[in-house]
Amino acid sequence: MSEPRYNPSELLICLASRLMEDDSTAFIGTGIPMLAASLAQRMHAPNLVPIFEFGGTGAILEKLPLAVGDMRTYNKALHASGICDIMEASQRGFVEWGFLGGAQIDCYGNLNSTVIGPQAHPKVRLPGSGGANDVGSACWRTIAIMRHGKRRFVPRCDFITTPGFLTGPGAREDAGLPRGTGPYRVISNLALMGFDDETKRMMLLALNPGVTVEQVLEETGFDLIVPAEIGRNEAPTDEELRLLRDEIDPDKLYI
Amino acid sequence: MPPDASSPVGTINIVAVGEKPLIQPIDMDGFREHNRAKPKGLVDKLMSEHDAIAKYLHDGDYLGIELYGTCRCPVSLTREIVRQGIKDLRLAGQGVHEADILLGAGVIKELDFTYIGMEVYGVSPIVRRAIESGQVTNVVEWSNAALTWRFKAAAMGVPFLPTRVMLGTDTLKYSSAKVIECPFTGEKVALLPALILDTGIIHVHRADKYGNCQIDGISGFAVEMARASKNLIISAEEIVDTEVIRAAPDRTLIPYYLVDAVVHAPMGSHPGEMGGMYERDEAEYRSFIKSAATPETTAEFLDRTIHNVPNHQAYLELFGAEHLESLKIGS
Repeated sequence: MSEPRYNPSELLICLASRLMEDDSTAFIGTGIPMLAASLAQRMHAPNLVPIFEFGGTGAILEKLPLAVGDMRTYNKALHASGICDIMEASQRGFVEWGFLGGAQIDCYGNLNSTVIGPQAHPKVRLPGSGGANDVGSACWRTIAIMRHGKRRFVPRCDFITTPGFLTGPGAREDAGLPRGTGPYRVISNLALMGFDDETKRMMLLALNPGVTVEQVLEETGFDLIVPAEIGRNEAPTDEELRLLRDEIDPDKLYI
Repeated sequence: MPPDASSPVGTINIVAVGEKPLIQPIDMDGFREHNRAKPKGLVDKLMSEHDAIAKYLHDGDYLGIELYGTCRCPVSLTREIVRQGIKDLRLAGQGVHEADILLGAGVIKELDFTYIGMEVYGVSPIVRRAIESGQVTNVVEWSNAALTWRFKAAAMGVPFLPTRVMLGTDTLKYSSAKVIECPFTGEKVALLPALILDTGIIHVHRADKYGNCQIDGISGFAVEMARASKNLIISAEEIVDTEVIRAAPDRTLIPYYLVDAVVHAPMGSHPGEMGGMYERDEAEYRSFIKSAATPETTAEFLDRTIHNVPNHQAYLELFGAEHLESLKIGS
């Protein structure tokens, strides 16, 4: 078997990047979303508007930010403001996409980035919500980026940091979250998933290169909906890999 | 259903409550009275980091720090807090390096927590030890927007703000927020309690001796936190003549009357970056991350960078002028 042309991080970045639309606003967090946004700006979405929670809007991502408040998040940007301006714009409905991650995700797309075990006596204390809850509450469509595995795709999160569809259809609206918002896609190293319109449960949409349905089910800790027709994600192209390796992350901070 | 506009006077329906009590009680009139007593004339507030911290921060106080550890952060003032052995602090935890320093030194007792981690470098072992061991006795959860809007409520001089975040989650359940049915629309909104800081510390690009401050680039939550602080200590890369302030008054994000102390701290955000001035010192930050792994190596780090140096000037000398110069943008 030949050496794979790309590593799992590179695949995740490319899959996330392809979902980013030109002329749209996207909340960008630390890590893979930063690389994906930078790649999207160089590939198909030159007018993607990256939004960083501490105040950067519309930066040109020439150099990879190391933090969501660093100066690269407002490099040649259109606006440098502060967290209230950004979060209030999102609460008013101006931010289309939000990218999220976490230690655990459940079948309704709820995410945990706070704690494993009880909140008062944690087994593992994680970094906390940060802007994740805000993104999951107010962005129109959110995309979670996860590594696949039974400990991550769980029947029930130890703690719901960030709202997905909560307990199912109508639950977000019942809780008071803005109408028409919620999880849209989940990208993993194995597959691309979406959510069933009726049940709001996670559904397999497309497999990554070389991956089988059985593999995905084996690594998922809840009943994943498997529709009759499943797509196939394209491997990273030579051009995507060249941009990532030579221009976006030459110091190999992430890839 | 929206309530009838003519509905009678009655009780607002509280539909959910966070189970954590407030770790900083809300005293709006006390805040007003405190603010009334602050000098409104132009008073020279320049002082040493030692005097600023000794005068305006005490054991048990509630502290806030802006922006955060690796970006425009008053790390020199943070080190001074540890150097003086101030303890049992309560902290608004949006933090990276500065929160790690305080938690690693064991001076934090309670936390309003939104994010404390190492961003690119992941979960902080110091945060894990401090919380998993019970050294921090109480952790109250919030989102980033929520914590900043709590400052904004205090800045507005009102006891709470209605918002549309945290709803339906454990983040709300383990906070001190309350959910009500809006009396105008009937929709559920999360009420965030005002957060008035005993002391806030903020690092800026330039300030005059009276405390008028300019920040370049993004302003994080400086505007709101400055106005939510009873005592406000500013550290500045550069102390400028008031003429510089008067030449561009639209650039004053923090006006003098909010400020109690001004400390001159060139490279005060080191090992973090200062937008437009210098880059993060990646080698030094990585050396910290390495030492964060165990309590012993963390203690050695704190000795090297805090306890064994008397002040910020001596701290900078650890790194040498040439190295610091190499971090400057355009060097």
